Amino acid sequence: MDDILRMGGRDIENRLFIGTGKFSGYKVMKEALEASGADVVTVALRRVDSGSDTEDILKYIPEKCILVPNTSGARDAEEAVRIARLAKAAGCGNWVKIEIIRDNKYLLPDNLETVKATEILAKEDFIILPYMSPDLSMARRLVDAGAAAIMPLGSPIGSNRGIKTKELVEILINEIKLPIIVDAGLGVPSSACECMEMGCAAVLVNTAIAIAEDPVDMAKAFSAAVRAGRLAHLAGVPRSTSDGRPSSPLTGFLRDR
Amino acid sequence: MSFYEALSRYKGITGAFGAMSADSVGKALFASVPCADDLAALLSSAASSRLEEMAARSHEITLRHFGRTIQLYTPLYLSNYCENRCAYCGFNSANKIPRKKLTLEEVEKEARFIGATGLKHILVLTGESRAMSPLSYIKESISILKKYFSSVSVEIYALNETEYRELISAGVDGLTIYQETYDEEVYDKVHPAGPKRDYRFRLDAPARGAAAGMRNVNIGTLLGLNDWRAEAFWLGLHAKYLQDRFPDVDIGVSLPRLKPHAGAFTPACEVGDKALAQVIMALRIFLPRAGISLSTREAPKLRENLIPLGITRMSAGSSTYVGGRTASIKSAGEEPQFEISDKRDVAEMMAVLEKRGYQPVLKDWF
Repeated sequence: MDDILRMGGRDIENRLFIGTGKFSGYKVMKEALEASGADVVTVALRRVDSGSDTEDILKYIPEKCILVPNTSGARDAEEAVRIARLAKAAGCGNWVKIEIIRDNKYLLPDNLETVKATEILAKEDFIILPYMSPDLSMARRLVDAGAAAIMPLGSPIGSNRGIKTKELVEILINEIKLPIIVDAGLGVPSSACECMEMGCAAVLVNTAIAIAEDPVDMAKAFSAAVRAGRLAHLAGVPRSTSDGRPSSPLTGFLRDR
Repeated sequence: MSFYEALSRYKGITGAFGAMSADSVGKALFASVPCADDLAALLSSAASSRLEEMAARSHEITLRHFGRTIQLYTPLYLSNYCENRCAYCGFNSANKIPRKKLTLEEVEKEARFIGATGLKHILVLTGESRAMSPLSYIKESISILKKYFSSVSVEIYALNETEYRELISAGVDGLTIYQETYDEEVYDKVHPAGPKRDYRFRLDAPARGAAAGMRNVNIGTLLGLNDWRAEAFWLGLHAKYLQDRFPDVDIGVSLPRLKPHAGAFTPACEVGDKALAQVIMALRIFLPRAGISLSTREAPKLRENLIPLGITRMSAGSSTYVGGRTASIKSAGEEPQFEISDKRDVAEMMAVLEKRGYQPVLKDWF
């Protein structure tokens, strides 16, 4: 099946994006990334120590992956822009996941500042993946600002609560032409599968893989779930109903004689 | 509103810890948003017999929010000149010990030495002497340290908000300041002289630092000065107050226990390992996203065993002497601020963490 996600001039086959925080070590992280076959990997720039031989996280990311530095630590647009530029200058490429958080209790993003940062960075040829609270007006503003995709949260980062924002994400899928990539909160592969069945272009998972007893197998499980969900979406997921229905209770009288 | 007002409502909490029911502990363990009563329940005597359940909950929360990682940092003492007479501290101005302040060349020498371990987070400490270690000296030292470290935090005398802003401009991103004890009477007793006697100026220092723009504010109580359950309760409330008032600042807590030092001060209240573990777990459940630091005051085995119960930051390769790492700087007869128990260097600590299935994080800032 030729089902490629095209973004920023790149072809992405595997629709499971993986975040690299919280792993028990870089070796197991690398194994998990390889086992999943992920094409897109996010890294917090604050964790990158390119001066170190053993502690440089970038050395453990498979070569085939598209590296997406994130702006974790940014509290406003100005800081996010600074971090994105730092990442580019450090040789991390021109993809960036904008993450602007002024709320350390729930780690919910600041949509307004995210739009501002997107406007600035789009003019500097960044491929921008903005992390946001699902909101149609803000998503439209992000499209206008030059984002490459929209990344609504499923539930708060690390909460493992699944796609609690389903209704709002469905609206984004219906109304926004850019890829919708659910980021954060997906605790089990079935939640990732559900997002893909709904029509998301991809999902981003970190905590659930990183803290699993066996991160390598969990990465494989998420990858398989994402594939299954995508396939189901393409096959046409039937609308579910909760009760049996007679075939045409209202229009039966129109039957041709 | 200052935390002082919020705290005054809970001054009489000490008697409550023996009266909490097993049911209240059960409710607190799984509260979706734990309240002050839940914290009291988690610190109660009833909870002391349910440590295993608390540990499971605390471990699960820590794993979800911090993963299998421990951030490492190390302290750097710039000066032991001090005008305070804190009864529990080796730098107490009444102690006849050699006094020393690092020259800027010596700061650089220590920075180079520590930088070679790979650590990128450093905590700068001084005694309280505006005459001997003025803000200008601390700022000069910080501009040197910024060449070697991503994150520079300070644990120095309490400042006003403008001064905290100056430190931030010089490159500081974190503030550590311990109230030592939240009980005003005990506070007065153990701080008989010096500027630190001003309880309220110190109590509001973390809020001033956060208002000035510090990224991390780390507070603590010195366990052993007073009833540990009450002190841990007040500390938890203080952290929560700061989190609510400054949602964009990372609020962390530290739980130092009294250690031997020059001047021989006997702790008023013994805090055993079980008590320390209960405090860590209660605070983790009450403050799911707060960093919790554990210093080298604690013994190696205990430190390792406490990791899964809620710890997120640990010091390594510590020295509590001024210029303690480069032997040529250390002066004869010099006393440390307190004795450290875990003397392992950074490489050893990293190996231990890896063996226990945790990733040592050396760099987590820009």
